[in-house]
Amino acid sequence: MSLTHLQRLEAEAIHIMREVVAEASNPVMLYSVGKDSSVMLHLARKAFYPSPPPFPFLHIASGWDFQDLLAHRDRTAKEYGIEVIVAQNEKADEQGINPFDTGSAMYSQAQLTDPLKRALTEHGFDAAFGGGRRDEEKARAKERIFSFRTASHRWDPKNQRPELWNIYNAKKNKGESIRVFPISNWTELDIWQYIHLEKIDIVPLYFSAKRPTVERDGLILMVDDERFRFEDGDKVVERDIRFRTLGCYPLTGAVESEATDMTDIIQEMLLATGSERQGRAIDKGESASMEAKKQEGYF
Amino acid sequence: MTESSPDTIYETDALIAEDIDAYLETHQHKSMLRFITCGSVDDGKSTLIGRLLYDSKMIFEDQLAALETDSKKVGTQGQDIDFALLVDGLAAEREQGITIDVAYRFFTTEKRKFIVADCPGHEQYTRNMVTGASTADLAVILIDARKGVLVQTRRHSFLCNLLGIKNIVLAVNKMDLVDYDQATFDAIVAEYSAFAEEIGIEAFTAVPMSGLKGDNITAPSDNMPWYDGPVLIDHLETVPVRSAVNRDKPFRMPVQWVNRPNLDFRGFSGLIASGTVKPGDELRVLPSGKTSTVKSVVTFDGDLEEGVAGQAVTICLDDEVDCSRGDVLATADNPPQSADQFEASIVWMDEDPLQVGRGYWLKLGTQMVSVTVQSPKYEINVNTLEQLAAKTLELNSIGVAEITTDTALTFEPYSENRSLGGFILIDKLTNRTVGAGMLNFSLRRAQNVHWQAVDITREAHAEKKNQKPLVLWFTGLSGSGKSTIANEVEKRLHVMNRHTFLLDGDNVRHGLNKDLGFTEADRIENIRRIGEVAKLMADAGLIVLTAFISPFRAERQMVRDMLPDGEFVEVFVDTPLEVAEERDVKGLYKKARSGELKNFTGIDSPYEAPEAAEVRVNTVEMSAEEAADYIIEQILK
Repeated sequence: MSLTHLQRLEAEAIHIMREVVAEASNPVMLYSVGKDSSVMLHLARKAFYPSPPPFPFLHIASGWDFQDLLAHRDRTAKEYGIEVIVAQNEKADEQGINPFDTGSAMYSQAQLTDPLKRALTEHGFDAAFGGGRRDEEKARAKERIFSFRTASHRWDPKNQRPELWNIYNAKKNKGESIRVFPISNWTELDIWQYIHLEKIDIVPLYFSAKRPTVERDGLILMVDDERFRFEDGDKVVERDIRFRTLGCYPLTGAVESEATDMTDIIQEMLLATGSERQGRAIDKGESASMEAKKQEGYF
Repeated sequence: MTESSPDTIYETDALIAEDIDAYLETHQHKSMLRFITCGSVDDGKSTLIGRLLYDSKMIFEDQLAALETDSKKVGTQGQDIDFALLVDGLAAEREQGITIDVAYRFFTTEKRKFIVADCPGHEQYTRNMVTGASTADLAVILIDARKGVLVQTRRHSFLCNLLGIKNIVLAVNKMDLVDYDQATFDAIVAEYSAFAEEIGIEAFTAVPMSGLKGDNITAPSDNMPWYDGPVLIDHLETVPVRSAVNRDKPFRMPVQWVNRPNLDFRGFSGLIASGTVKPGDELRVLPSGKTSTVKSVVTFDGDLEEGVAGQAVTICLDDEVDCSRGDVLATADNPPQSADQFEASIVWMDEDPLQVGRGYWLKLGTQMVSVTVQSPKYEINVNTLEQLAAKTLELNSIGVAEITTDTALTFEPYSENRSLGGFILIDKLTNRTVGAGMLNFSLRRAQNVHWQAVDITREAHAEKKNQKPLVLWFTGLSGSGKSTIANEVEKRLHVMNRHTFLLDGDNVRHGLNKDLGFTEADRIENIRRIGEVAKLMADAGLIVLTAFISPFRAERQMVRDMLPDGEFVEVFVDTPLEVAEERDVKGLYKKARSGELKNFTGIDSPYEAPEAAEVRVNTVEMSAEEAADYIIEQILK
């Protein structure tokens, strides 16, 4: 009996992780604590078992992360004994940057892209695993599994190395670093099904529960802490909601849902009519904007 | 127009809604097929893939809304949906209306998950197509029914066959534009059959279709009742997947990583390339040839009774045999061979052409060795299948050449095992992936031309002379003072009773290398010969001094690789260009500046300074005598 598609995808991801550990001098795994990151962490534990993953995990905190997400991060780090490095733009307040007043491009640059670049440079990481998938967005469909960044962390889509068979060229020029995407070939359904089959622990926000919310411009936003800025006419309503993707809480739209367990979520996802990133304010704008952000160094 | 089988979609939805567990159970056991689509510009590849995504409900409402807006704005289908816009990703190519890179797409049907590599049609992007083909189980080759078999069709078919894809679908597209005419289809199939036979494609499946209108994609078309073959999706759902085929071959696993969490555990991690493995199996470690027995096949989910091709595992052996990354574990009684000379088919993928004789990195599985490529035996014109004489390989050309590695490779011919026969070539300076190759067979020259066994060894030669053989390789700009300093160094060594010999650039050019000119290829050959001569002299126990500009790092590395560790001493005579030019002992800089002399190092040809020379002398601060004293001090300390 032949391997199932999930078995093949898992083996592919493990093979990629081992190649990087064998050839890079200082790898790191980017860890957003979301569902894709949870799958990545699980795969890393499998790839090197019985050794622990031989690299640290890097979380870029925006300062506006869901509280549940931070709690899950700390719990996971403790349970699996992994090293989590947290990087954050400490000067956001001083610079007057916040998700309410700052434009989305400027905000993601200051809170996500720049701290990421700084952390990679500071720690001297020469290879960073990311959970990007080719099915997420058109620009990602063409990215290689080993994607090179210049010393200033820029991506040049016109100058990618050909990737043949499962042979990866990890040789870097001075100052270059590699972003590696072991789950490039997974789809959203694959991710969910794998979480289900492997019983991977994920942030509770993915499951429906009564949460305080306000509705604005067609987005349902969760009032996660006292810093939430209300506008005229905002009414806090308890709704049964969950999240399909986790970003900064004032920018991430929830969906109304009754899905409280894994099969409910998968069912809902399969019958849904909006793509995964729809709830993310950051992706709105020109359709090629993801490509522009990537050239700037956004993951 | 044929409706795309909406029934299937609704049935799936009903199952998801009513019994999600049953649905997941089915989905969980789906296999996966990777295929590529290739064809010429405007054959409708992107439209076909867009259609497959659309019909398998992989497009969400918001994407559909964006698609409808885009279709009206930049689409080519008037008020209709332009499926191609779904898959044409990068902004630049959207504007040009062509696909310029490999894009990977995903969709699922009732029976399988599919990964599609959307491959470009432009001739200059062959490297992308080869990339897509390398991981594919099947190829869909598109033909525009109005145009028939084109030059690119031949090229793509040839490449798919070269990369070992056995399942080929000839998709005769745009049948709607030829009134669904059977005679047109039959004529194209006949023309393609003749070509396929010529290049050794054993079988293919031809399907008449329309990606735009949806004919014969997911359901039989009412417009072509004369066609009784499979529709595209049915065929894709039923062809055998390669990983299942590899299971029946002998066991092979390239070792990726030695897993050693503590003193009690030592395992070898890798992806099983072929065959199966279970505890008690006797394995051989290659290239050492040592054997051992499998103790356990470890995974995170528990030890396996049996590991199979395609699985990532960690193998523990019974005893402490030497084994590390780059080694291959194989069935003890049927191991792969080792060799260092091969005939290989090579696809060149870089703007800079192949440099015959220069050292490249070759990566095969987890093995990384240094390799040189000989002049191609021939280049293949894939349009005419002619074998053409070739001195080198340019971007997108395909040739057959002999290659020599500095260390023996554990391999199998590509036709027998992709994992142990497919390799990439990496430029040692730019680190770019410059080529892809497939080993056809080993030349066994190493076995035919035996090394003459000699009783007086190189150690004995050196001992007699009471010295350690060395090659002092002086490199620097013209006029930097290499020859002068080398001469001073030799004089000092001579006084010290050392046995030496000085090889000087101009002198060698008058004799050994008088047949060589100054093209890049000839310069490489010049250095290679000098390296070989220096090596023979070092074998004889001499201290060899060489004074050549030798501007390229790769060539100096090539000579370093020829010699035992510690015997190659790179001496960088570091003189700034202004100083060397001002000295201009031979008047060459003046000629170069005036354009009389072409390819002059430092002027219109680069000098790549050593990054980690053993000895560096600065001739601005030191005289030739002082430099010589300093070098002597460094090499004899």
